[in-house]
This record gives sequence, C-alpha cells and structure tokens, in this order.
Amino acid sequence: MNLDEGLQAFVTEAGELLAEMEAGLLNLGDPAAREEAVNAIFRAAHTIKGTAGLFGLDYIVLFTHAVESVLDEVRDAALPLDEELVSLLLECADQLNAMVRDVERGGRGDLGERCRPQLDALHAYLAPSSMMEPNHPALDANDYAGESGCWLVSLEFGRDVFRQGMDPASFIAYLGRLGRIVALATVDGGLPPPEQMDPQSCYLGFEIVLETSANAEEISKVFEFLHDECTVRLLPPGSSNDEFQRLADMLPLHANAIADLLQASALGTVVPPPSVAPQVEHTGGAALARPHESRTIRVDAERLGQLITLVGELIIASARTQMIGSRFKDTELQDSTSALAGLVEQVRDSALQLRMVKIGATFGRFQRVVHDVAREIGKDIRLVLSGEEVELDKTLVERIGDPLTHLVRNAIDHGIEAPEVRRQCGKPVQGTVSLNAFHDSGSIVIEVGDDGGGLQRERIIASAIERGLLEPDHKASDSEVFALIFEPGFSTASEVTSLSGRGVGMDVVKRNIEALRGSITIDSEAGRGTTVRVRLPLTLAIMDCMLVTVGSSRFAIPLGTIEECVEYAPEGRRGFVDLRGDVLPTVALRDLFRLQGAAPRRESVLVVRHAGQRAGLVVDSLQGQCQAVIKPLSPVFSGISCLSGSTVLGSGDVALILDIPALLKQLQARQPGNLAA
Amino acid sequence: MSSQRIQPPALLFIEGDLTIRRVQEMKDVLLARLAQSQALEVDLAGVTEVDTAGAQLLLMARRAAQASQKELRLVAHSPAVVSLFELLRIR
Repeated sequence: MNLDEGLQAFVTEAGELLAEMEAGLLNLGDPAAREEAVNAIFRAAHTIKGTAGLFGLDYIVLFTHAVESVLDEVRDAALPLDEELVSLLLECADQLNAMVRDVERGGRGDLGERCRPQLDALHAYLAPSSMMEPNHPALDANDYAGESGCWLVSLEFGRDVFRQGMDPASFIAYLGRLGRIVALATVDGGLPPPEQMDPQSCYLGFEIVLETSANAEEISKVFEFLHDECTVRLLPPGSSNDEFQRLADMLPLHANAIADLLQASALGTVVPPPSVAPQVEHTGGAALARPHESRTIRVDAERLGQLITLVGELIIASARTQMIGSRFKDTELQDSTSALAGLVEQVRDSALQLRMVKIGATFGRFQRVVHDVAREIGKDIRLVLSGEEVELDKTLVERIGDPLTHLVRNAIDHGIEAPEVRRQCGKPVQGTVSLNAFHDSGSIVIEVGDDGGGLQRERIIASAIERGLLEPDHKASDSEVFALIFEPGFSTASEVTSLSGRGVGMDVVKRNIEALRGSITIDSEAGRGTTVRVRLPLTLAIMDCMLVTVGSSRFAIPLGTIEECVEYAPEGRRGFVDLRGDVLPTVALRDLFRLQGAAPRRESVLVVRHAGQRAGLVVDSLQGQCQAVIKPLSPVFSGISCLSGSTVLGSGDVALILDIPALLKQLQARQPGNLAA
Repeated sequence: MSSQRIQPPALLFIEGDLTIRRVQEMKDVLLARLAQSQALEVDLAGVTEVDTAGAQLLLMARRAAQASQKELRLVAHSPAVVSLFELLRIR
C-alpha cells in the first residue's frame, strides 16, 4: 500500500468517524438509542486510534487512547455521561479534527500543549475510577511486560475479511514475530455445508498459544488494522482453568480447539462441550447478527465528473443520431435510435444518481451548531430535522453548507427570543429551529424555520427608509419588505452579538445561493416565527428542457418550471392572456431579446411557474423536449440576466437556456407598470 | 463378475494461485469433481500462491467429502501450500 494513499484514506475515514462520533454525542438525549450511541462513539475513537497507530501517529494514538479509556468507563456504566462530559468529548472531537487536518497537510498531528486541557480533564475522569477498581480484568495486563509467558490468543474473523483484501494468515505470521507460536489450531467448525458456503467469506477462527514477553496492548495491536473484522480475546500467562473454561463456553465452536491446545501446551484443562452445536443454525444466527453495513466504494470525484461530462457528450451525440436517422424513412433505424436514446437517458439518470447524496448528513452537522451556539448565548433550543432522505448533487451539498449555517445561526440568534421573553409571550421556553427538505417541481427546497418572534416589519421599513432603500410613502408588500434584509449591509439587530448583527451575511447568503442557480425567499409572521426557503436545482449538469423557437433563435426552458402550453390569443392589450378566467401576465421572447422578424400568425404561450409566481412566455413554436447539457455562457453574455446557460442540440445548433426565476423577477419588477413596453 | 468396479481415484490438478481471486471458481470445480467420483486426489504441486481463503476452501472440500463418505486426499503440496499449512497447523 502506498503510504500517501494510506494516509489519505486515514484522513477521509477519520473525518467520517469524527462526524459519526459527534452525531452520536449529540444524540445521547434519546434513551432508547443511548447505548448504541455510546458504542458508536467508542468504536469511532477506537478505530481512529487503531489506524493512527498503524501510521505511527503517536500523538493521535495517545489522545484517542485517553478518550477511549473514558468512553470505556462510560460503557461499563462506571461513569455517568453528563452534559459536562459530553461537552468535553465534543471538544476532544474538535481537537482530533484539528490533528487530522494537520496530518492532511503533511504534519504528524502533533498539537503539542494545545490539547493539554482536554487531556488533563480526561485523566481527571480516569484517575478516581481506576483506583476504585484495582483488580482490573486480565486484559489490562501490562504487568506482564518484560517477562516471557504463554498467552492464549483467541481470534474470530469477520465474514468480509478476505473481501477487504486482508489475509488472516499474514497477521498470524506477524504475531509470530512477537515471540513463538507454541501451538495453534485452525477452527473450521463454523464452515457451513458446501452448497451454502461462500468461498469469499471467512468462516475460520484460530486459537493460538503464544510465548512472548509482549503485553496485551502489543498483542492486540497486531490485529488493530482489521478493525471490526477481527475479535481478539486474550488470556494472559497464569490464567486459571476457570478463565479458560469461561472462554471455551463463550466460544462453543472453539471449545474443542481450546481444550486440545491447552492440553498440548500444558497450560490448563477445560471440558469441551458434549457435542458441537448444530453448525448450520449457528452460522445462520451469526450472519443475522452482523450489523447492517452500507456497502460503498470510494471514487475519485474527478473520475465521476469525467463520466458525467462524457454522458453529456453521449446525449448530444445520441440526439444527433436520432435526428439524422429520422431523415431516412427507415423504421428499423428509427426503432434502433429511439431504443438507443432510451438507454442513454437511463445511463444519464444513473450517472447523475452517482453524484446524489442524502442531505441528512449535512443536516446532522447542525445538531452541533445548535448545541454550541444555544449554549453560548444562553438559550434552550432544539433542532427538528425532516426530509433527511432527500437527495441532491454532491457539489450542491458541499456548497450549501455555509449559507445554511448562516441561516441556522441567524434563526438561533435573531429568530428565537430570549427565554424570559418567550415565557412572557406564553410560549414554551425551549425554542425550536427546524430544517426541512423536499422536492418541488424539479428543484429542491430547503427550509430553515424557527418559532421565534418573526421579522420586525416596522423596524426593517424604518431602517430601509433611513438608508434610502425605500420611499417613505411607499406601501410595500410583506415579501418586498422581507427581501430588504438581503440587501448588502442591511441589519436591524439592535445589538451586535458574537454571532450576527454586523450586517454582513444575508446578502452573501443570497449571492452564494444564486451562484448555484437557486433562489431564496422569506416568510415571517409576527410572534409566530420565520421560515427561510432556499430553492435549488436538482443538479448542475443536465436538465430536461422544452425547446422553443422564436424566429431563427432557439431557447430551452427547464421542463420543471413549465405548467402547460396554450395557444396565444392576445386580449385587447398585449401583456396579458385570459387563462381560464385568470389573468396571466405574458412576455414575448421576441420583444424581450429584441429578435428580428415578424411574429407568425399563430403563436404559443408556455405557462411557467417558479416559487408560486406564474407567467406566460410567448413563443413562435414548440419543438418538443430535449436534454440540455448545460454549458456555461461566456462572460460576454454576463449582462443578460435572463439566461442561465447554453446547450448544443443534436443538429449542432446552439440553444440558450432561459433562467425562469430571473425572468419572472424581471417581469414582477415591471408590474404594475406598462407591460407592453 | 461384480457389477461394481474399484475405480482409481480421480485426479484434480490445481495450477497457479489458490487465493481469494479464484476461490469461487475453484469451489465449483472441486465440488463438481467430488460429485462425480468416489475418491478424489487433489494435486497441489502447481499451486504458486495460496492464502487463508484458499486454505479454507480445501478444508471445506475435505468436510464435504467426509459428509458424503467419500475420500479426498491433498497430495504433492507445493512450497507455498506447505508454508501456509505449517503456519496454520493444517494437516
């Protein structure tokens, strides 16, 4: 294994484990999940320690060892896991993160004295309880170091150990280097009947008598790299027959082997069970008991990007083939090209699916944000998550993190009132911040809500008038007023806290979200709370579009935004159509982009909707659906606000992709003025 | 003349590596050959590389033979097989 690659894997894995650990720590409130959570935290710390040890990152090993020891006490219920300890463990997770980052930058993860406070605090937890338990079980047998003796090493391997590329024999050979393998038995009692046996699964166990001067830690370290794929049980030299018997009872499949080995090496005696338990049943049970694991492969993001680019080209090529094919009146050729197009579409969907990740992991991170921030400013706040299953593009997930953090912090700091105020208003003292995600017409909506006091409409108006953003006598609608807080430098906070109120932020949030082709809106009700709604496209690479023509120009309109198509029947004045009794504002693309040529006799109207707003687009003709592989526009076009990109059609022509949200906004800005412009 | 004849054991040569990469394929071969004959001799002289998965497969074959009261013999162990079997004390 290349060491650099190994280290990179360590950094990635440790990052995930730390996230798991943090999630576990924040999940301790739920009594049902508590035990599992403590185990998960322990496993995370243990695994990091093991892998760090493999790379000789001694500082990390030392630190995680302390964390692990404290957690071990918690697991044995010797230590209560109170708020104070949770906070300490969260700090430790942060320090570990810092160490891992250091390793990533090529360091050794050595933070020197910076971790002293945490280490001291951890040791303070350990000191009294280890005094209370002077006779620690045999595993803690450091005393045996230095003098040579015969250990009984009992190994059980996980089913997947071969598949993960690890060979138990090489670990046993390595174990032999710690001393001398006096006796060994390969336990094959776990093998299922031939037809049920998967030869790539491991069913073997081993009992080893090892004569060594090494201590328990050194022996277990040999197998640390195997993580959960190996259970090591050690009995130190001088263990009694009772202890051997207990081990034999615990591992019925190994009992005969243990009995033989002990006899052969004259270490002790155990009574093997009268008959070996029915093997099929046993292995079946063991297979069921294995924790459910998600099987994943790590793939270089660059390769994935490459694949998606290629799929994009494939779509264009396939569309072109289909177009050329349709020129020849050959049904067989047309059947085959349309079958091909169908497959290409499926390939596109699965390729895009590869980039999709659940938003739950991102949401989960906010438990920590809420926990810390609420503590800092002395509010009691709980975070409610929903829609964690909703999937969106990995790139989006990565880039939405910061804006969301800002919104959540805002909700905590500005949204939720101070506890006394809440009590006076008759609200529960504990405030609620909610994060929700759902799909809505081809986009993803993420809502950040709070049950606080709502936006202070009057203060926003006053502040806006002061800054000249609003005419004093203008009667502004709610959405207009709330949109003001996205203006650069706008702040209504009367005092500046460490978190917010400096007037930077919401405009940056808005800019970040718009850079992702998304939009942001606010709903707020005085005394009831505020909900910020972020709307994002599902993916950044490919879109289903409706192709339309105006004169000789082609435009692609995202299919998700289209509600229906109707024939254009202009009313008395241009700019409106009668849609089944409703007035629908329209905009003619010919006028909007000042295109040449007269309108044909029959035009069509595409009814588009975005964020609750509707409008009609007047076009010459509809050309049908297409898959638009989005190519960014060159900066030359940056002055045109209603275009979000371009795409190459099968015919080789270029179509411009309309930015419907921007277009609707522009249309709204013109209302209620003269639309016939 | 008896209707049953004593047959010489069938022979199976395993060549190349006997590792996780090939155990799936080798399992099918081993079991198929075992099903065809009353006695099977597995010649391991050509085994260049063997891992625990390979050893496990041979153990499984031995148990399969026992269960169906057939005879399976591993013969002519190559150096790779010898060293693994010595480590794991497989006889």
